[in-house]
Amino acid sequence: MTEMKMQENNISENNFEQCIKCTVCTVYCPVVPVNPEYPGPKQAGPDGERLRLKKGIFFDQTLKYCLNCKRCEVACPSGVRIGDIIQAAKIRYGKSRPKLRDFMLASTDMMGGIATKVAPVVNATLKIKPVKQIMDGVLKIDHRRSFPEYSSQTFESWFRKNALRDQEKFDRHVAYFHGCYANYNYPQLGKDFVKVMNALGYGVRLLDGEKCCGVALVSNGMINQATRNARRNIKLMEGALSSCEAVLGTSSSCSFTIRDEYPHLLGVDNSSVRDRMELAVKFIYRLLESGKAKLEFRDDFKARIAYHVPCHMEKLGWGIFSARLVKMIPGVEFTMLDSNCCGIAGTYGFKKENYEVSQAIGKPLFDQIRAVDPDYVACDCETCKWQIEMSTGYKVMNPISILAAAIKGRD
Amino acid sequence: MKFDSIIIGGGLSGLVCGLRLQKAGRKCAIISSGQSAMHFSSGYFDFLDRTPDGKTTKDLKEALGNLPEEHPYSKIGKERLTGYMGSVKEFFSGCGIKLGGDPFSNGYRITPTGNFKPTWLSLEDFSLLENESVPWKKVLIANIEGFLDFNTSFIAESLESRGTACRTSVIDIEEMQRLRRNPSEMRSANIARVLDRQECADKAVSQIKQQLQDEEAVLLPAVFGLRTPEVKDRLTKAIGREVFFVATMPPSVPGIRTQMRLKEEFEASGGVFLAGDTALSPELAGSRVMSIGTVNFGDIRLEADSYVLATGSFFSKGLSATPERIVENIFGLDIISDTQRERWYDTDFFNRQNYISYGIRTDSRMRCIKEGSTVENLYAAGSVLGGSNPLYEGSGAGTAIFTAMYVADSILSSVNTTL
Ligand SMILES: Cc1cc2nc3c(=O)[nH]c(=O)nc-3n(C[C@H](O)[C@H](O)[C@H](O)COP(=O)(O)OP(=O)(O)OC[C@H]3O[C@@H](n4cnc5c(N)ncnc54)[C@H](O)[C@@H]3O)c2cc1C
Ligand code: SF4
Ligand code: SF4
Repeated sequence: MTEMKMQENNISENNFEQCIKCTVCTVYCPVVPVNPEYPGPKQAGPDGERLRLKKGIFFDQTLKYCLNCKRCEVACPSGVRIGDIIQAAKIRYGKSRPKLRDFMLASTDMMGGIATKVAPVVNATLKIKPVKQIMDGVLKIDHRRSFPEYSSQTFESWFRKNALRDQEKFDRHVAYFHGCYANYNYPQLGKDFVKVMNALGYGVRLLDGEKCCGVALVSNGMINQATRNARRNIKLMEGALSSCEAVLGTSSSCSFTIRDEYPHLLGVDNSSVRDRMELAVKFIYRLLESGKAKLEFRDDFKARIAYHVPCHMEKLGWGIFSARLVKMIPGVEFTMLDSNCCGIAGTYGFKKENYEVSQAIGKPLFDQIRAVDPDYVACDCETCKWQIEMSTGYKVMNPISILAAAIKGRD
Repeated sequence: MKFDSIIIGGGLSGLVCGLRLQKAGRKCAIISSGQSAMHFSSGYFDFLDRTPDGKTTKDLKEALGNLPEEHPYSKIGKERLTGYMGSVKEFFSGCGIKLGGDPFSNGYRITPTGNFKPTWLSLEDFSLLENESVPWKKVLIANIEGFLDFNTSFIAESLESRGTACRTSVIDIEEMQRLRRNPSEMRSANIARVLDRQECADKAVSQIKQQLQDEEAVLLPAVFGLRTPEVKDRLTKAIGREVFFVATMPPSVPGIRTQMRLKEEFEASGGVFLAGDTALSPELAGSRVMSIGTVNFGDIRLEADSYVLATGSFFSKGLSATPERIVENIFGLDIISDTQRERWYDTDFFNRQNYISYGIRTDSRMRCIKEGSTVENLYAAGSVLGGSNPLYEGSGAGTAIFTAMYVADSILSSVNTTL
């Protein structure tokens, strides 16, 4: 029965031929209902792939409207890696060079490195109307966007000065992939992570010279840079794992990129670290559930919290860990928000051409947040945070920061 | 992570079982790898359109008497099953889903190609016909421009042969131009998405009103109401004539909406729905399942007192076929099937296909069997079960719903007796 093997051997790497043309993916794509120009996952993904394999000229420029949220993949009954097919096609066929604007938005670590040094000036400048108008007119970054602020001290330098020497007192260690956001924009998240891990009995180590995970580089077509970053990060993680139990992240998009996009889109083998690279919430959940560690909560903590599962968290299937941890805190009144995309999708919503679409996608989520009227929103993704804060005025906190605020002990 | 019950598969069966357990106070999780058969259904529920020996059924209580022993309905037992049938509409309305029809007798539906077929209950979008004659003298059959999954001329031909005068028309909505650029995107769910926008629905209504003459009813493809229920009532009111939806080729707009509603209801009642995750590597000790893993959970295990397998048939990957045999994909459970491959299928596609009746073997309480012995806390529901041929009999939804109720009740009663 050797001929039967054909069934197993006729599936290509990105499995587009598994598609049964049912259009279910299109039902769950957040872009399709709000942007009539976007052909939708089925057409952009498996259908288009057939044509593109024939001839690259069939590449459709509208593929840039894909948010890479992977909601189509979560819904597909045939397990087609639709989002991957679309991203891979953009990389392979979308040869247009990234514009200056895309370059700036994508180079989160380089821009962050510059901005941190002059943070007060940059923050003030980014808020000034004429500056916004220039960004809008020349760079096509939408002027209605408010920019995440840059911190004047990076997390890394805070860590070296204030936390490093205490960490070696612990017997067990985890390595922290802080990502650009915690480093340049919001070091408090990194501080909170250190506080929580220390309370659990773990010392924290940094990866020496971590690079941006590359999520924004990939979506802006800067693949070579992304691949270099990926190789370097994997090397650093391999090194760290010889003495640390795990490499943990606090951003769902960074963790998703490292675990899934590195092998699927960049062809960077991460098998040596993948099982031990995860989000802190999952690691902490496992620890607490197994009874190997405990957290002491303050008894005066009170908050009404609504949790938004970021798209990449939805794809990772780990939203439940964040939800469980937040719910576990005494004094928390918890609401799980409906599964909706916030519309920002990394740097996507910053671009002038996407602003309206981005806000229309997020509307159901914003409406629900206003209706629930929580003290704040919990969410594991920094770009969702910007989007929700800007669009609703509600404060957004990472679950790790919520844990840090709720446990006993000094900051 | 601990639950009272874990259900593998989030289709009609998994959701009904989860809802019943959750509403009875049990903490449930549903693990579901992808969307289910509901997305492709007709929008009508079948219970038993004909008996395994090919007789068309009308009075369903009567038909139940003659089923083979291994049929899932026989395992539930006639008395209990008729009890379930009597409460089925109430169960669904408790989940925000209105069903039409009489749970004890079959009616008729019009298929996308214009045939009349027996069926059981309908989602609220549809109506059931009492018999094979057409209730109208004159109808307008209106289609959406460029939509190929709904064939107005077949339907007109069929109705005319039954003595009804038919006119056909097309509704042309500008906002669908983008879809029409690519004919493979002119599918029901995509069209429904456009028609969910009030201004587009209004355009459709005003065109239909202009096209109508003295017809009593207008027949439309079921491409309305992807997100919003009660669309038939609204259209009827707006148009001022009877609106009769005809199911389209898959995907099914009413089916998708119903699946979403059931999932929402399950979550609203406190259930955990793990979407896009696949259950694997179960751990068994003796005759019990101890825990189950998933792709996304990695080394973190899910534990429960009872487990329900509702992974569907071949289409949903609950079962698969190797060249030699039929396999249940997670536990490797015992299967009811023919050992000779030649018996699996008939080369005439439209004949009864035996493989559709293959599925897992259970005891009388729908507990699964592995290597000849019962797995005490593993139950099965829905189309993963063997012993009936849902395609031939027309018994898909009935089997999914009632085996799910039966399993939920088995679990609840075993909890109550051990307490
Ligand atoms: C195309 C099609 C059309 C049909 N139309 C009708 C109709 O019009 N009327 C009717 O009465 N019946 C119809 N049926 C019959 C249908 O099978 C039943 O009505 C019913 O919907 C079956 O429900 P189920 O829950 O048993 O299985 P399914 O709906 O198949 O659901 C099984 C679920 O399990 C999931 N799953 C499988 N393996 C795993 C795993 N390892 N981990 C996690 N999840 C897993 C799948 O992703 C899927 O979501 C149709 C069937 C098909 C295939
Ligand atoms: S949901 Fe999956 S199988 Fe269906 S059209 Fe989309 S890619 Fe194809
Ligand atoms: S990844 Fe998201 S935006 Fe892109 S096609 Fe899929 S569902 Fe649509």
